[in-house]
Amino acid sequence: MKSFTYTIQDELGIHARPAGVLVKEVKKFESKITIEGNGKKADAGKLLAVMGMGIKKGTEVTVSAEGADEDAAIADMENFFKTNL
Amino acid sequence: MERYTGKSILKGTAIGKILFYSKEEQVVQRKSVDDVQAELDRFEKAKNEAVVQLNALYEKALKEVGEVNAAIFEVHAMMVEDGDFNDSIRNVIESQSVNAEYAVAVTGDNFAKMFSEMDDDYFKARSADIKDIAERIVRILHGGHSGGDLGDEPVILAAKDLAPSETVQMDKTKLLGFVTELGSSNSHTAILARTMNIPALIGIHVSEEMDGKTAIIDGVSGELIIDPDEDVLKQYQQRQEEEKRSRELLLQLKGKPAVTLDGKEIKLFANIGSVGDMAKVLANDAGGIGLFRSEFLYLEKDDYPTEEEQFQAYKTVAETMAGKKVVIRTLDIGADKQVDYFNMDKEDNPAMGYRAIRICLDRPEIFRTQLRAIMRASAYGNIAIMYPMIISVDEVLQIKKIVASIKADFDEKGIPYGDFEQGIMIETPAAVMISDLLAKEVDFFSLGTNDLTQYTLAIDRQNSKLDNIYDAHHPAILRMIQMVIDNGHKENCWVGICGELGADLTMTEKFLRMGIDELSVSPAAVLPVKKIIRETDLKSE
Repeated sequence: MKSFTYTIQDELGIHARPAGVLVKEVKKFESKITIEGNGKKADAGKLLAVMGMGIKKGTEVTVSAEGADEDAAIADMENFFKTNL
Repeated sequence: MERYTGKSILKGTAIGKILFYSKEEQVVQRKSVDDVQAELDRFEKAKNEAVVQLNALYEKALKEVGEVNAAIFEVHAMMVEDGDFNDSIRNVIESQSVNAEYAVAVTGDNFAKMFSEMDDDYFKARSADIKDIAERIVRILHGGHSGGDLGDEPVILAAKDLAPSETVQMDKTKLLGFVTELGSSNSHTAILARTMNIPALIGIHVSEEMDGKTAIIDGVSGELIIDPDEDVLKQYQQRQEEEKRSRELLLQLKGKPAVTLDGKEIKLFANIGSVGDMAKVLANDAGGIGLFRSEFLYLEKDDYPTEEEQFQAYKTVAETMAGKKVVIRTLDIGADKQVDYFNMDKEDNPAMGYRAIRICLDRPEIFRTQLRAIMRASAYGNIAIMYPMIISVDEVLQIKKIVASIKADFDEKGIPYGDFEQGIMIETPAAVMISDLLAKEVDFFSLGTNDLTQYTLAIDRQNSKLDNIYDAHHPAILRMIQMVIDNGHKENCWVGICGELGADLTMTEKFLRMGIDELSVSPAAVLPVKKIIRETDLKSE
């Protein structure tokens, strides 16, 4: 399993739009990708679950990937969070 | 005539008949079903149809309101396909052997509740999105078609609430504005209203009785006026006309420099009377502030404003203008303006009395406080100081002495200040006649044409009996303006007009040909004047 932690910079937190893009991004990989933060944990491929975490600006999240392509997945995720959130 | 007050989403005026829009109540009944698989199939089909509809809405919104605002429908489509949402619906159908409509409605409510109970306004507002998609699927299951038909006449839409999908579906050419009871300024519907530039109010109790009545949306005060009186209606029609004109001008001229066809750049500035006017200055694209009347700081209070209070106000304006010129006129009050704590005597002829710079030089403690505040603020932007009611070179010398002593004090204490220009109002015939001498002492002249005309023609503007002989274009005034421009230019002073005459569109070209460098007008007049400047060629007759 691979993981990284990141502090959300986006003013609105993980809001609808980036959450939607995130879900699309996650589907590119076989690995199971999860996101943890705010005392909750969700499958990063599920939009409502991710939004339901209510991640706001300044929250530290841990993203992990587990599966055959976990290296590629985590690199892609890290890049995605830095660029979009 | 009835007035309701709510919260404005977009400043603007709308006038029209109200259409009361109520969503067909989706009554969802819980029904037991025998064939669970058939219900699951029905749901699957309706869900796919919902995605098709939402993708179509996305395409429509993309064209009309742009990618950022259209994205919500893409997100809606993803919500419809969300794994948890679907699992929950299927689970309700299977475990309870109930109809798909009920399963969707219950699941929608549950997820909406999850969001509405979150402690962040943004996420709270998302419960409306969930309700919107659940209603869409239920509507498809019911075989109904979606709303959005506004009829032939353009209307002001009144509704309890509007979902973003409903807002986008509506034909924009038929929508003058809308009023809703629910919704927040954070909602997508509000965001769409702003993007589509449609006046909108929220938080107003709407009822079916409003349907068909003539109404006005006042997007500035946040008021809805139903069945307006004739004169009120007329007043708003006029305002709407002005808004339309300035919008057109804005589209045409915003961001373009105030420069003549042959390349002379004119300082086209705005006059303001308080910090609150800044929004209008920015909206109308003024190149700076040519007259910041500082009196409001004194009139608003029942004691002398402190240096710190004044400093904050001047600093705010200087910073907001971000390097553009801000000309602050020092205190210009007299017996005609009531400021109790100044304890001024009643005068028979206040226009020629104890006022403006005369008070400031007579009571230097008041003047010094203001000058210190302005000079400190000059470290935060491009500030200039302007002195009113000057009649002699000696007055200017006295002022410069005070300024120099403040500078010395600041230097000693290490208090920062910037480079600031100093200029005077030319509003007395005396100042005009000695403008060659005054020009040697200052950086700029600004013609206060209202007072200059009154003093020159010896006509009290308050006396309506004299209206027939009052002539703002009197040759005496025009000659004076020419004289001031010429004398100013000889000593490298820039010369402007900040009186009403500066905004007289019939005179703009003439002033440009006379050599004027600056025109400072009310914010609303900036763009009309800019239009003329840009159409004038000083090289041709």
